[in-house]
Amino acid sequence: MSDHDYTPKSKAGKWFNDRLPLLTLANHLTDYPTPKNLNYWWTFGGILTFCLITQIVTGLTLAMHYIAHADMAFESVEHIMRDVNYGWLIRYIHANGASMFFLAVYIHIFRSLFYGSYKAPREIIWIIGIIIYLLMMAAAFMGYVLPWGQMSFWGATVITNLFSAIPLVGEGIVTWLWGGYSVDNPTLTRFFTLHYLIPFLILGLVVLHIWALHVPGNNNPIGIDIKKPSKDTVPFHPYIVIKDGFALLMFMIVFAFFVFYTPNILGHADNYIEADPLVTPAHIVPEWYLLPFYAILRSVPDKLLGVVAMLSAILILAALPWLDTSKIRSAVFRPLYKQFYWILVADVLILGYVGAMPAEGLYLLIARVATAYYFLHFLVVLPVLGLKEKTLPVPLSITEPVLGGSPNLATARNKESLK
Amino acid sequence: MSEKETKRRDFLFTATYAVGAVGIGAVVWPMIDQMNPDASVKALASTEVDVSSVNPGNTITVLWRGKPVFIRRRTVEEIAEAKSVKMEELKDPEKDEDRAKNPEWLVMLGVCTHLGCVPLDNKGDYNGWFCPCHGSHYDISGRIRKGPAPTNMEVPKYEFVNASTIKIG
Repeated sequence: MSDHDYTPKSKAGKWFNDRLPLLTLANHLTDYPTPKNLNYWWTFGGILTFCLITQIVTGLTLAMHYIAHADMAFESVEHIMRDVNYGWLIRYIHANGASMFFLAVYIHIFRSLFYGSYKAPREIIWIIGIIIYLLMMAAAFMGYVLPWGQMSFWGATVITNLFSAIPLVGEGIVTWLWGGYSVDNPTLTRFFTLHYLIPFLILGLVVLHIWALHVPGNNNPIGIDIKKPSKDTVPFHPYIVIKDGFALLMFMIVFAFFVFYTPNILGHADNYIEADPLVTPAHIVPEWYLLPFYAILRSVPDKLLGVVAMLSAILILAALPWLDTSKIRSAVFRPLYKQFYWILVADVLILGYVGAMPAEGLYLLIARVATAYYFLHFLVVLPVLGLKEKTLPVPLSITEPVLGGSPNLATARNKESLK
Repeated sequence: MSEKETKRRDFLFTATYAVGAVGIGAVVWPMIDQMNPDASVKALASTEVDVSSVNPGNTITVLWRGKPVFIRRRTVEEIAEAKSVKMEELKDPEKDEDRAKNPEWLVMLGVCTHLGCVPLDNKGDYNGWFCPCHGSHYDISGRIRKGPAPTNMEVPKYEFVNASTIKIG
C-alpha cells in the first residue's frame, strides 16, 4: 500500500512485519501525503470516526441493561436512567450522539458537494459514503424504536407502512417486517438485533471508504490533482492528526453541551409515554435529521409516488458524479455553481423546517416548491451548468499562487510565464 | 475459442449449479420465513366484544390482532348522511350498505390506509375521522374523502353473535 519501501528498525519488528505487514500499514497511515491546504471542513471524517466509536461503545454498555421485550423495554430504559450507575450519562451520550453523528455527516456531505469531492476519480468513495448514510438512517430509526415510547411505536408504524405502498406484495412485506399484524414484540426484538448489527456493517464500510480514499488521496479546497508526495503535501502525522484533534475537541464541546445542559431538546416529550397501540400522538414527526425527506414524502399527494419521491431524493445522490458534468471540482472556481450550491443548502433547510410543521396550507405549498427545486437542482441545474458555466482559471498547484510571489493568481501566473 | 459441442463436463457443471442453487434456497427460505407471523400470533385471530353499553353517536375502540378496531353506533342522521353520498365524489367508491350491513353499527379497522396511524373520531371536514399524521379525512362511513390515503378504512370480517355481542375475525 505504501508508496515507498518501509523496513521496521527493530529486528523483532522486521520479523513480525515480514509475516503480517501491520507496521507497513501503520507507516502508510502516518506518512500518508495530504494536501497542505486542507481546511477545517476536512476534519469531519475524523470526527465521524469518533462518533461511530462513541455510539458502539455506549451502545454496547446500554445493551447490558436494556431488555428487548414489548412489556419491559420502556421500564428497562427508565431503569437505566434512574438506577444504573451513570446510566443517564451513557444513554444521553448515545441518544445525543446519534444527532451529533448526523450533524457531522451532513457537514461532511455538504463539504463534498461544495468542493466536488464526489467527482472522478473518487466516485466509489462517494457511493460507499451514500451506503453508509443509508445504513446510518436505518440504525437511527431502529434505535429510536427501542425505548418503546409513543414516538417509537408510531414512528415504527409509519415507516414500516411505507413498504405497503409497493403494489401487490406491499402488504405481505409489511406483515413480514412486523412478524405479526401490527408493530409488536416480534418487531421490537428484530429491530434490536438489527440495530446491534448495523454499526459493525458501517465500521466495515468505513474501512473501505478510507481505503478507497487512500488510492487517489484527498481532494482539497482548490480541487486540483496534486503530485504525491510533493511540496503540495504534508504527512498525515503530525500535521493532520493535530488539526483533526483540535477540531474534534471543539466538536466535543458542542456534544457535551447537549449531553449535560439540554439532553432532551432534540427528542420528543411523547417518547416518555409508553407505547399505546390505540392512541396516535397528535403530531408525529421523525427526528430532526430525517425531516427534509419526511417533507418530501408528505408533499406528494399520492401514497406510492410519495414513497418513490422520498427514496429517489436519497438515491439520486449516488448518481451525482455523473449528473454533475463540470470537469472543475471546487466551487471556488465555479461562480454560478457556488450560488446554486447555497440555494440547495437553503432548500434543504427549508424542507427540514416544513417537515416539522403540519402538512397543510402554506407549509404544504412551500414543501412542494422546495421538493420540486431539490430534484431540479440535481436533474437540470447540475447537468446544464457543467456545460454552460464559464469557470475561473484554476492554479496549476497549491503552492503556485504563493511561491509565484503574489497572492494574486493572475500576476503569479504571468511571472511564471516570463521565466 | 472455437464452437464446442456439449461435453460431459458441461453437463456436470450445470447439474452442480442447479443442485447448489436448490440447496442455498432450501437454507435461505427458513431464515426468511422465520420473520413471518408465528403460530402464537396467528392464534389470536378472533375477539368477542360486548357492545350493549355503547350509546348512539359514540365510538368504542377495541384491540384485535394488535390493531385498533372502531365500533361506532351511528345516529339516524349519520346513517342518512352516509347513504346520501354520491359514488362519483368518492376516491374509493363503496356503498355504505356494503360497509355496514346493519347500518346502525359501523365496524372497521381504526388504521389509516396511508401509513397506519389511528384516526381521531368526530374530526375532519366530513364529520367522520381525521388522521393527525398526514391529514387524511374520512366520512361517517370510514371512506377516504381527502388526503393522501389511497383507500377506505378496512372493514374486517365480523358477525353479530347475538344482539349485543360482535365477534371480530
